[in-house]
Amino acid sequence: MEKLKQRIIDEQGLERTLARLAHEILEANPGTEGLALIGIRTRGVPLAERLAKLISTIENSADVPVGVLDITLYRDDYLTARKTPRVQATEIPFDIYNRNVVLIDDVLFTGRTIRAAIDAILDYGRPARIKLAVLIDRGHREMPIQGDFIGRRLVTLPGEEVRVRLREVDGKDEVVLVEMQAESSYEEDR
Amino acid sequence: MNKIRFNHLLGLEGLSSEVITEILDSAEAFLKVLSRPIPRVPSLRGVTVANLFFESSTRTRISFELAEKRLSADVVNFTASSSSMNKGETILDTARNIEAMKVDVVVIRHFAQGSPHFLADRVNAAVINAGDGSHEHPTQALLDIMTIRRKTGDLKGLKVLILGDIAHSRVARSNIYGLLTMGVNVKICGPSTLIPREIESMGIEVTHDLEEGLDWCDVVNVLRIQLERQNEGLIPSLREYQRSFGLTRNHLERVGGEKIIMHPGPMNRGVEIDSDVADGPGSVILSQVTHGVAVRMAVLYLISGREQSIE
Repeated sequence: MEKLKQRIIDEQGLERTLARLAHEILEANPGTEGLALIGIRTRGVPLAERLAKLISTIENSADVPVGVLDITLYRDDYLTARKTPRVQATEIPFDIYNRNVVLIDDVLFTGRTIRAAIDAILDYGRPARIKLAVLIDRGHREMPIQGDFIGRRLVTLPGEEVRVRLREVDGKDEVVLVEMQAESSYEEDR
Repeated sequence: MNKIRFNHLLGLEGLSSEVITEILDSAEAFLKVLSRPIPRVPSLRGVTVANLFFESSTRTRISFELAEKRLSADVVNFTASSSSMNKGETILDTARNIEAMKVDVVVIRHFAQGSPHFLADRVNAAVINAGDGSHEHPTQALLDIMTIRRKTGDLKGLKVLILGDIAHSRVARSNIYGLLTMGVNVKICGPSTLIPREIESMGIEVTHDLEEGLDWCDVVNVLRIQLERQNEGLIPSLREYQRSFGLTRNHLERVGGEKIIMHPGPMNRGVEIDSDVADGPGSVILSQVTHGVAVRMAVLYLISGREQSIE
């Protein structure tokens, strides 16, 4: 069970935040040369696709390549997790060598997902650099990892969860903060 | 959420279509891993797998070993020629010793039917059947089904002809269980001495006419004919067998239409299958080998989780 505590971003808010992130990514990588976005399953993928579209529109450039990353096989809790996570395919339809990769995820929390994602990307080749863009940074890091492009920083308590909903996956665009009322605050894959 | 119990893989008999689909879907992801510059993932770091091959095997043993290594598991191998089996040790003692060495997964190939089941009841490790006598060879059937599904997109209503020595074939048995579960129509073809009597009670049609079978099917799975069958008097001679049941280009041309050609290997070229069929259009025999590694990675991955329930 979860209780709604606060709506953080609504539909228009999300559009504005993504537009700003697109500009920030472009500022760090003018001209989109060598740029590639990689979305982390599940909700990083539609975010990456939207950002890629925004970037090529702003710059009036060719399409920015987008990859899809499934980090399941790189998780550090596989042998201890309560549930066996379902493996899905990673699709990186471009050569990663010497690219400026921007990893895209919805929520930055412990940093373990990003650690796994970096390891996964390096198995595809050696990019020039990897940067990280997230919609929400909610703190509580367990790894020395930080975001480069951040939609919104949020101060949260343990036991609270950030739910990012996107129309491609959930039928609507919003970000809400909820309080978990179950006995466990185990972070489930949503 | 799909709760799946999956502690051992002993056979495809009784395995639900949900579990089979889960394995095949996961195998697709592993197939992608295999085509990367670095075809290895760290998922099974810390997991130890023992490959116990009491019966000789090249392809299956290498395929399992490669799958284990691609998942970063630690691997130990026991093969018939080098193991203490030659010194008179029983399979149970071998298993207990392996257990004492803290092995998490046991992959076993044995000439006696039911030996993986025997082990599974007595050790804590997860047991994967890599072929037990003429009983089952589940990972071979899973890779066959994966190959068919990748080629056709959908399994339901498809027609598969299994050709050859059905009675002694664990590949045939596992294929029949798996294919029927997945809604595939199965027909078998071979000399009546090599077809088990109870087969028609499983709802499977039998034909002794190769071209009739070919005309009916979308896929032909050609089984290896063991040379020993000749000495047992079950077939008059290999030449005689080839004349009635050997798959040739002539047969395929007479029947017409596109057929998918499969063979679990190793092939007796010129006996059960001609070279221009094995290497010709429609043959997916080498894809089967590639898919074998992916399917075995999926099975090893799913079996190694702490609780095999899948979200």
